[in-house]
Amino acid sequence: MARKVARAPLDYLNMPAMKAWLAGVFIFLYTPLMILILFSFNDSKANIVWKGFTLKWYVKAFENTQLREALLNSLLIAGVCTIVSVVLGALMAFAFWRFKFPFKGPLESGMSLPIVVPEICFGVAVLLFFAKIGFPNDLPYPFNLTQIILAHVTFAFPFVAIVVRARLESFNPELEAAALDLGASRYQAFRDVIVPHMKPGLIAGGLLAFTLSLDDFVITFFASGPGTITFPVKVYSMVRFSVTPEVNAASTIIILITVIATVLALRAQAATTKES
Amino acid sequence: MQDWREDKTFFGAAIALPVIWFMIFFVVPMAIVWAYSVGENVGAVDIAITGTFANYAKAFSPEVLKVMGDSVVLAFITTIICLVVAFPVALAMTFADEKQKMWLLLLVMLPFWTNLLIRTYALIAVMRTSGVINSGLEGVHGLLALTGLPMGTFEPLPLLYNKFAVVVGLVYVHLPFMVLPLYAALDRLDKSLIEASLDLGAGHLETIRRIIVPLAAPGIAAGLVITFIPALGAYLTPDLLGGPDDLMIASLIERQFKRANDWPFGAALSFILMYITLIFFAIRAFMERKGGKVGAH
Repeated sequence: MARKVARAPLDYLNMPAMKAWLAGVFIFLYTPLMILILFSFNDSKANIVWKGFTLKWYVKAFENTQLREALLNSLLIAGVCTIVSVVLGALMAFAFWRFKFPFKGPLESGMSLPIVVPEICFGVAVLLFFAKIGFPNDLPYPFNLTQIILAHVTFAFPFVAIVVRARLESFNPELEAAALDLGASRYQAFRDVIVPHMKPGLIAGGLLAFTLSLDDFVITFFASGPGTITFPVKVYSMVRFSVTPEVNAASTIIILITVIATVLALRAQAATTKES
Repeated sequence: MQDWREDKTFFGAAIALPVIWFMIFFVVPMAIVWAYSVGENVGAVDIAITGTFANYAKAFSPEVLKVMGDSVVLAFITTIICLVVAFPVALAMTFADEKQKMWLLLLVMLPFWTNLLIRTYALIAVMRTSGVINSGLEGVHGLLALTGLPMGTFEPLPLLYNKFAVVVGLVYVHLPFMVLPLYAALDRLDKSLIEASLDLGAGHLETIRRIIVPLAAPGIAAGLVITFIPALGAYLTPDLLGGPDDLMIASLIERQFKRANDWPFGAALSFILMYITLIFFAIRAFMERKGGKVGAH
């Protein structure tokens, strides 16, 4: 009698050693985050010993005007960045998917450079660019966020283009031909046939652009003028200063937003692969 | 696919905006950095573009070379640890069923989507002197002392503000960069080859070494490059987790702009990092093409 549970030779997931390894990896990845979230509810400033449940750090984080302002700035920047990136990314994906033209290969590689260039290099470039053209630093709110938005769109839209391009690969060109045959103009066919097909890609790409923008510290750090503060920049200065449960509370809110965005993006992507 | 000449206005309408945006906000800024990298400081605020290579030469001074060497070593160690840690994860994902795959992918991706600063901050809270690890150790130490063992006084482990912390932080942040390309490569493998190897009497480790690794080589190379490059250019992790002696290239670049005010030197350093990045991606593209040919027989 075999006492071992039967296991297919390639069923690596059911190997005890593999299970232990996976458990170790996920403990490593998640423990710090779990502790961070847990201590945002801890009724003690010291952040070490559990003293009971409280929501006071959330109240404090919301009462911190600078933190609230930074969070709102970040959400506003991410929102505008998402809309512009989706439009630019979709146009780029469509143009490269649909047309043959000279220098297509080099242009495509060039336009994916913002994805691979180290953040610090692009941050420096943005700083020098705005200094060189003498971009006004003292615009009234919300226009003082313009530099950050311009910089974020520049590195976000190539990501959107990749996601939308992948979606377009599953498009049946005969559908567009049929629309044209039935009397639609090219623009009508684009709007009513191709764009609806792109939609899951647009959603996934948009959420990607949103998280990328919300996440960015280095480029924002270089692009922002004095006095404009975003959430990561604010948290950076708070972390340098000290570790307080208030930061934990604010971070937990951001984590929540991110988790929701990620789950939505994965759903949109899953819908994409299922249909194709 | 349609030739652009057949429908010039439609083509123009689609491609104009992205290309113009890319030119103004990416190519022009990069060109300015490049111009500054061959410039000189004249006076307090003015920079003259003189075509000098002095800034690049300065990058070969011993202090700067030490920072660059440190950065390469730290990024390399990070990449290797990531490879060792991520390989079994990618393997497990490859042979899991659809639902488990979805979950594993989500579990790997979630921290990746979480704000980098928040993750770094979470690590600080775990690793600092009065953090979770040291408090736990202190508790264990106290218990052992209670049983009468001669334990001496508790010394908290210096987990933060050293190179160890930087590597832990870099691995923590870059692990998903390694898992995803590895998974993509392993998922494409012909599974019957692995089954054949196991059937013919090779053990799991031998199968991994002689069948899986060679076949997945392009994916492994991609993972190495995709992990190494951002680790090399990392700014936040070494800045927040490292001590004053654990400078990496990105911090050095930042200093030239925000503190030392030597923009031309900072621009040169930034372009050196760019060149390193591009060389690695060129190597990767080359290997991918080679790998593609081998795969196609």
